Amino acid sequence: MNRIWALIERDLRRFRRSPTLIVVSMVFPLVQLIVLGYAFGGKIKHLRVGVVDQDHGVPALKLREMLGAVTVNAATFEAVNYSDPHQAMADLRNGRLNGVLNIPPLFSRNQLAQTAPDVALIEDNTDQFVSSTLEGTLTSMVSAYNTHQTSAGIQPRVEPRATLDVVEVYPYVPYIQYLLPGSITLSVFMMVMIGGGIIFIDDKARGLHEGYLVTPVTKFELIMGFNLAGAIKAILAGLVLMTIGSVIAGIPDPFAPLRILRLFVMIVATALALISMMFLLMVRVNDPLVPRATFGVLNTLLFFPSGAVYPQQAFPGWMRAIAVVDPFTYAVHAFKNLLLKNTGMGAIGFDLAYLVGFSALSMAAATLLFKRTL
Amino acid sequence: MADIEVQQITKRFGKFTAVDQISFNVEHGEIFGLLGPNGAGKSTLIRMLTTLIEPTEGTARINGNDVVQSPDEVRESIGVIPQAMTSDLDLSAEENLLIFAKLYSVPRERRKRMIRELLESVELEQWADKPVKNLSGGMRRRLEIARGLVHEPKILFLDEPTTGLDPVSRVSVWEMLSKLKSLRDLTILLTTHYMDEADKLCDRVAIVDHGKLVALDSPLKLKASIPGNNILEASFEPTPDGWLETLKGLPDVEHVAAQDHVFRIASGNGPRTTVELVEASRRARITIRSLSVQSTTLDDVFMHYTGRQLRDTLQEAKYDTSFMYQRK
Repeated sequence: MNRIWALIERDLRRFRRSPTLIVVSMVFPLVQLIVLGYAFGGKIKHLRVGVVDQDHGVPALKLREMLGAVTVNAATFEAVNYSDPHQAMADLRNGRLNGVLNIPPLFSRNQLAQTAPDVALIEDNTDQFVSSTLEGTLTSMVSAYNTHQTSAGIQPRVEPRATLDVVEVYPYVPYIQYLLPGSITLSVFMMVMIGGGIIFIDDKARGLHEGYLVTPVTKFELIMGFNLAGAIKAILAGLVLMTIGSVIAGIPDPFAPLRILRLFVMIVATALALISMMFLLMVRVNDPLVPRATFGVLNTLLFFPSGAVYPQQAFPGWMRAIAVVDPFTYAVHAFKNLLLKNTGMGAIGFDLAYLVGFSALSMAAATLLFKRTL
Repeated sequence: MADIEVQQITKRFGKFTAVDQISFNVEHGEIFGLLGPNGAGKSTLIRMLTTLIEPTEGTARINGNDVVQSPDEVRESIGVIPQAMTSDLDLSAEENLLIFAKLYSVPRERRKRMIRELLESVELEQWADKPVKNLSGGMRRRLEIARGLVHEPKILFLDEPTTGLDPVSRVSVWEMLSKLKSLRDLTILLTTHYMDEADKLCDRVAIVDHGKLVALDSPLKLKASIPGNNILEASFEPTPDGWLETLKGLPDVEHVAAQDHVFRIASGNGPRTTVELVEASRRARITIRSLSVQSTTLDDVFMHYTGRQLRDTLQEAKYDTSFMYQRK
């Protein structure tokens, strides 16, 4: 029994002297609790709905007023007025809108003639959580529109009977397809972490870097070499998951050349952004325990706020703030557009620009911090 | 102009002075040793000379290039074998040399020939395509030496080149270094805490202790600079008061020091002093518990200048390699 206690004592003494391990073992579960706790099941708000009023009559105006009330009060969505239905549709396809509510030209006339006036909700159904929230809210709103008109105590001259026609822009998207963009981003991140961060620090701790530092290799060459090596491995991981994952998830026409090319560009941008972020975090770290200990925390903090598994519109303010700066957000958004909607580069231009800019900034900061000597 | 010129070089880490105003020159073609115990400042010194850390004060010039002002020029002209094994375990011996040949911008047309020649000279040609993790410690060290020479430098720095190796491997590394030095007209600076390594290998030795240079000369002259050609080590039972003075009075005894009940007696005539010692003990009815006689070593030199022994001396006594290595 004494020997068992001796072994226990040795381990606990070591544990006590490793503050990193203690902090992370406490922090990681807390971070998971908070992030996961708020990442799921929140009320989805701040969606963007384009409103195309082709009628401009009084009934249509009343409907738009109700939309405005939802925007101000429940804030489930923000109504954005469009005069051009084609522009609204283009923005819908490019991901700038979650849905378009089209009030057709004869809505008021049909209302008066009581010939089933309908409004169309054209929705982006690639995110089932968002689309069901939109549908539910607008259905309730139209129902309230019909009821409101009759519940004021004054018998209306014409019974309102507006209906909501829901049109889904894309074929049904199963959840596995919805998850695929996040999984591709995660595969890139994991390779960056393992093939980049962990191996980099392990080599440093073993003294391997000393062998490089005594050669004429410059600081820039060292940084570029380490980062590009990590990025190449991460790109390979992303490509493998993109290929196999697309087949498994049943993505339609997964090997279309243009789509593959766009995906490749995004995988490269994602890999560069994540490796430069990793390098910045590890540039002054010497303890091999640190990348291992922070892996889980980083994974949780970056993956879940990105909207990979649940819409960001359901997150509290602080998590949406993380999402704004999180490179995962832009990678996931771009992959969703490319895989689920088969959009062009126009829809992912901002995502690409952010990831490139993020890479440049991170790399510049890491270069300043990197020490060319021991 | 010496190949290596060090002037008042100092390194402080906060309040701790690791290297304290050391100056020396290393001439072309020398094997120069920095000898001292662990923690003496040898590795810190060699790291300053190889541009891995910057000196706090003082200067060092390697091949005429200042280590602080012109580090790139210094790195191009030196080969460095650090104490830690820096070869990639997952790559083969040949691949390791290839990577470093590229880091040193060795022209493509010379790389293959260079790598082949180096593997032959360190006797690893049979292991060229084997992963380094499958090589023994001695073989890995030989590979490290080859790696340090892949760009044909004229100056080679080695930090504790045989630490952790078995006696046979150590001798093999010594022989390799001597052979390479002659073949390639190298200047070598090495650090070591093994006195036999400094004694056998080095043309000149600088003894370093607590960051300071305490002595510098050839091993022969260093040994001649301390009293006595022979060292007798003896312990007695009992050890009466005044016994130290009695020992000092024996014929040919030049110096006596006592440490942990062991008396170290420096004598100009070991055999005669031994006889007199035995006779004196018999007369005083003192039992000699242990007695050894040996020629003066660098450890004795170290003790003379610092008042302490090199910590690994007792360990080295188990591995007497003097009979295995013949200095050329």
